[in-house]
Amino acid sequence: MSLQFVVDGLLTGSMIGLGAIGVTLTYSILRFSNFAHGDFMAWGTYATLAVVSAIGATFGKVAPIAPLSFGWPLLVALVIGMAFTAILALLLDKVLFSRLRSQGQAIIVVMASFGASMALRSLLEFTFTSRPTYFSRAIQIAMPVGFGIRITPDQIALLLLTAVLVLGVHLLMTRTQTGRSMQALSQNAALARIVGIDVASVVRVTWVIGGALACVAGVMIGILVQIRPFMGFDMLLPMFAAAILGGIGSIPGAVLGGLIIGLAEAGAVQLIGAEWRAAVSFIILMAVLFVRPIGLFGVRER
Amino acid sequence: MDLLGYGAFFLTTALIFSLVTLGLNLQWGLIGLFNVGLAGFVAIGAYTSALLTTPDDAARLGGFGLPILVGWLGAMVVGGIAAALTGMATLRLRSDYLAITTFGVAVVVQLVALNAQKLTGGPFGIGFIPRPFGSLAEAPLLFNLSNLAVVSAVTLIAYLALEHLSRSPWGRVLKALREDERAAISLGKSARFYRVQAFAVGGAIMALAGALQAHFTGFIAPDNYLPILTFQVWVMLIVGGSGSNLGAVIGSILVWGIWAGSGTLTSVLFAPEQQARAASLQIVAIGVMLCVILLIRPNGLFGDRPRRPRLGKQAKVTTAKSSSGS
Repeated sequence: MSLQFVVDGLLTGSMIGLGAIGVTLTYSILRFSNFAHGDFMAWGTYATLAVVSAIGATFGKVAPIAPLSFGWPLLVALVIGMAFTAILALLLDKVLFSRLRSQGQAIIVVMASFGASMALRSLLEFTFTSRPTYFSRAIQIAMPVGFGIRITPDQIALLLLTAVLVLGVHLLMTRTQTGRSMQALSQNAALARIVGIDVASVVRVTWVIGGALACVAGVMIGILVQIRPFMGFDMLLPMFAAAILGGIGSIPGAVLGGLIIGLAEAGAVQLIGAEWRAAVSFIILMAVLFVRPIGLFGVRER
Repeated sequence: MDLLGYGAFFLTTALIFSLVTLGLNLQWGLIGLFNVGLAGFVAIGAYTSALLTTPDDAARLGGFGLPILVGWLGAMVVGGIAAALTGMATLRLRSDYLAITTFGVAVVVQLVALNAQKLTGGPFGIGFIPRPFGSLAEAPLLFNLSNLAVVSAVTLIAYLALEHLSRSPWGRVLKALREDERAAISLGKSARFYRVQAFAVGGAIMALAGALQAHFTGFIAPDNYLPILTFQVWVMLIVGGSGSNLGAVIGSILVWGIWAGSGTLTSVLFAPEQQARAASLQIVAIGVMLCVILLIRPNGLFGDRPRRPRLGKQAKVTTAKSSSGS
């Protein structure tokens, strides 16, 4: 078995992990599993794609940055896409989730997120049709790096980007007042309110981080695989599995869980075939629920 | 004549949906278990019954040629066991974990249906599933009406059984668990045990519905069991009102009417090449409808869900009034 699966797994794992950060934050702070999170990914990606083509239309063809397949337009578009996805998440919260949350039935919010997911995805299908598209059709030559592993410049850049983002979010959560408020709210909501934490602003930050990272994960899929309306929905199960494997509320856990699932998927593709890939996250999920339901870094719920 | 035939066909499909909704109502309406993978359980039932009753097929496992009733029973048993296993894995945990796991079940069932060619016929599905009144197929009207009679009878039996169950001591325990878990547990009822039971019975009913559908159309394929099915049934239950079996049946007929009607409308209004896009707009509309109902009328048409938080507030208000009055 070639070691190539390590690179493939790390890449898939980064996409899953970035998405799982949003899932785990929503779950621990707003206390519901958001089934629309995958569709934030897809919406962010399509928004980024739209901005890229808008830039292409105004500035003409821009040459890509030396070894990469994309140039500055994609980077600018990614930032705009992240902002767009964050606003979309905030908007959906304002219109739907916050109202249902105030009624006090957590599971109704889950159901609403399921309905919203269906509507969001179908709206994408309506606007862009279900045909897959791409950021770039250029083919990159993979460089051999030893041990039978090959990697493209794009892949290196995206792995580095993931590392930077994860580190950034981790520092935000552990070193800033906002992050500490978020942790306080997730550990004990009532006590957090009593000590005067502004719950509304923490909720907003949660959606902004979750939405923005979902957009990055989606764009990664767009660059390395393809862009489809279902791209986010198909990531939902791996993301949930990663969040639970890592322990709900833990950001390093979500990323590690994502990497484990990514590596397991890539290994399974080599061993038993690509068609069973989606079953891997389910098996891991069931194993975690039976053996250690609080996950790797989770804390027991009170 | 044609209209009558179409009416019978429409009602048959709607009643099969009602059966799924009744199963979901047992899981969600009665005890509050959130099943986002019900398409998976419907598929399990359909494939089980198809495998048991189809004539022998060299290309895949089985085709055992058993009677249709055996197929239906088999579907209920396998669907019930699958639901019980899912329940046992997750019901001691937070309710969201059940949602995520059932979602995973549906994904895996879909994968098996697509890829395990030896078992399920792969993407091409299974054909030649015996139909209860196959000999009547030359007279479409008679065929449709007799199918409608069978499906109505099964739905009626399930409805009466569920009504009886929800009034029985067993059903009262379920309601007690939904309303106040701590109180019910303090009376010595094992929450997890009762929940697994309810989830398994619900799964068995969904599987039976899948089997009915398979024998009604005579052909099944993985595409019949996509997440959209789960979504449709949820909307049916929410519109009808969760907790009410009558609401489940009427909600199913109503929503299926809207769905089929808007489908006909889009096929009339849009050019053939635009149909796929129009169909996705149809899903958007139903998704928005679900969210709007959850926001403005969470009890649906016939729902009986008393909401504890509200009662609690009222109680507080009355005590506040009485204390201020004194």
